[in-house]
Amino acid sequence: MHTTQFQQYQGKVAYKRATSEPTWVRWGLIGLALAFLGLFLLIPLAAVFAEALRKGWGVYLAAITEADALSAMKLTLIASLISVPLNLVFGVVAAWAITKFDFKGKSFLITLIDLPFAVSPVIAGLIFVLIFGLQGWFGEWLIDHDLKVVFAVPGIVLATIFVTFPFVARELIPLMQAQGKEEEEAALVLGASGWKMLWHVTLPNVKWGLIYGVILTNARAMGEFGAVSVVSGHIRGLTNTMPLHVEILYNEYNYAAAFAVASLLTLLALVTLVLKTYVEWQASRDAANIEKEVTA
Amino acid sequence: MASQKKKHLLPGFGLSLGVTLVYLSLIVLIPLAAVFLRTTELSWHEFWAVVTTPRVVATYKLTFGASLLAAVINLVFGLLTAWVLVRYQFVGKKILDALVDLPFALPTAVAGIALTAIYAPNGWLGQWLEPHGIKVAFTPLGVVVALTFIGLPFVVRTVQPVLEDFSAEAEEAAASLGANRWQTFYKIILPAIWPALLTGFSLAFARAVGEYGSVIFIAGNMPMISEITPLMIITKLEQYDYAGATAIAVVMLVISFVLLLLINLLQWWSNHRHGNK
Repeated sequence: MHTTQFQQYQGKVAYKRATSEPTWVRWGLIGLALAFLGLFLLIPLAAVFAEALRKGWGVYLAAITEADALSAMKLTLIASLISVPLNLVFGVVAAWAITKFDFKGKSFLITLIDLPFAVSPVIAGLIFVLIFGLQGWFGEWLIDHDLKVVFAVPGIVLATIFVTFPFVARELIPLMQAQGKEEEEAALVLGASGWKMLWHVTLPNVKWGLIYGVILTNARAMGEFGAVSVVSGHIRGLTNTMPLHVEILYNEYNYAAAFAVASLLTLLALVTLVLKTYVEWQASRDAANIEKEVTA
Repeated sequence: MASQKKKHLLPGFGLSLGVTLVYLSLIVLIPLAAVFLRTTELSWHEFWAVVTTPRVVATYKLTFGASLLAAVINLVFGLLTAWVLVRYQFVGKKILDALVDLPFALPTAVAGIALTAIYAPNGWLGQWLEPHGIKVAFTPLGVVVALTFIGLPFVVRTVQPVLEDFSAEAEEAAASLGANRWQTFYKIILPAIWPALLTGFSLAFARAVGEYGSVIFIAGNMPMISEITPLMIITKLEQYDYAGATAIAVVMLVISFVLLLLINLLQWWSNHRHGNK
């Protein structure tokens, strides 16, 4: 150490002055940003709970334990429990093919995987109506065999799979690209089988990205509205998911009940944000630890 | 080890690529192709008539106009938010940072009814705006508010990492050469974050164009005034006009694909510049 603490402090002040804004500008910008976020994030968040409890806890509890609400929760859970694992497996498989091997058309394939993000949820629902609906390609065949896809649970699941399709793959591809393939190659050279390598090397390495992708997939799967709305047919107690149940109650001017069910979805969103922040924090801590080990 | 052997050292190429292509085709490509194939049932003349009726054209104007306005609002305030979150310290910053993703996590229907409740004539904000003649709920302005909400995270999340990585040296150099703070921002920082800003802007715009859930509650859905294009597709479907719904969907899909292409080019440009630094 050549400089005293005082000199260091002086240096910091001079640096601050040249590359930072005057205090009034700083607080002005912070105030403006807070006003914007308050207006668009905090007030809507508070409004959901205020409206949900407007008629008291009795009405609130009745709304979320009513039979139609419970069956909507069940269906939302089913759609998520099917679409999340399927898209998780697909995400790992696609990321493996894309990041560990070289082949032609790779970036085109990545664009195709991203496609569902660019498609309006309403169109995501429409495509399954066009295929499986009454006038659809398989419409008559399905009727002959007494099967129902559209206006039934399978349609809802299909639409949910479509809109959540890219999330896991999208998280994993950049992560596995950055990690390269040396570790897997080393595992193979040391005699590990393909599955062992996947289980003990690849998956632990992308653990946080994987969890992150699952959290995002699940949030979207449980909250999807547009796509599911088109294929559901809104049959109470049968093909209503939670967001659709919210819509029905709202359109019946049953606001307290609509916001009560909405508040559950809002809690789910808040839990999602907490988990997401935790995962980001863990991932950056792991990355910092690895850097320390490398430099040590 | 021989280079040709290295290429196939890791197992599972055929299996993983095969599974990827089959699943992608079944869930995404074939269903999307259905939309384009179904429109061929219409003649070109019929197709054109459906997608250019005045009521449908009014929905394009609202959808693209409101999406553009919302994306511009998010461009300005997203940059501001990213700047404040990266550069300044204040109480509650971490919580706000996490909350920025709320529009991604909150179901759109919930956002829709919450915003409607706030801006309705008797709502928390509506009751103050209404006496001044500002109507938000059940007007096109309400559509802009909903689209601003759902596009909020995009610009913040694309600009934030670039601002974090931005080297202090460039700013110090500018300052030591006599630039004032505004000049440094305008001439040094802004060009560096420009690709990220544009990417966030187009992502927010693309998302807004297709949005349905949050808009239909607050829009009021009056024909010619506050109907969005995705709602038009639903309306046609409810009338069992499958061909009409499909025709409008094709118009939206083509525009979305062009936007996606543009975003990919922007990201490539952004990475390219970032990598060159």
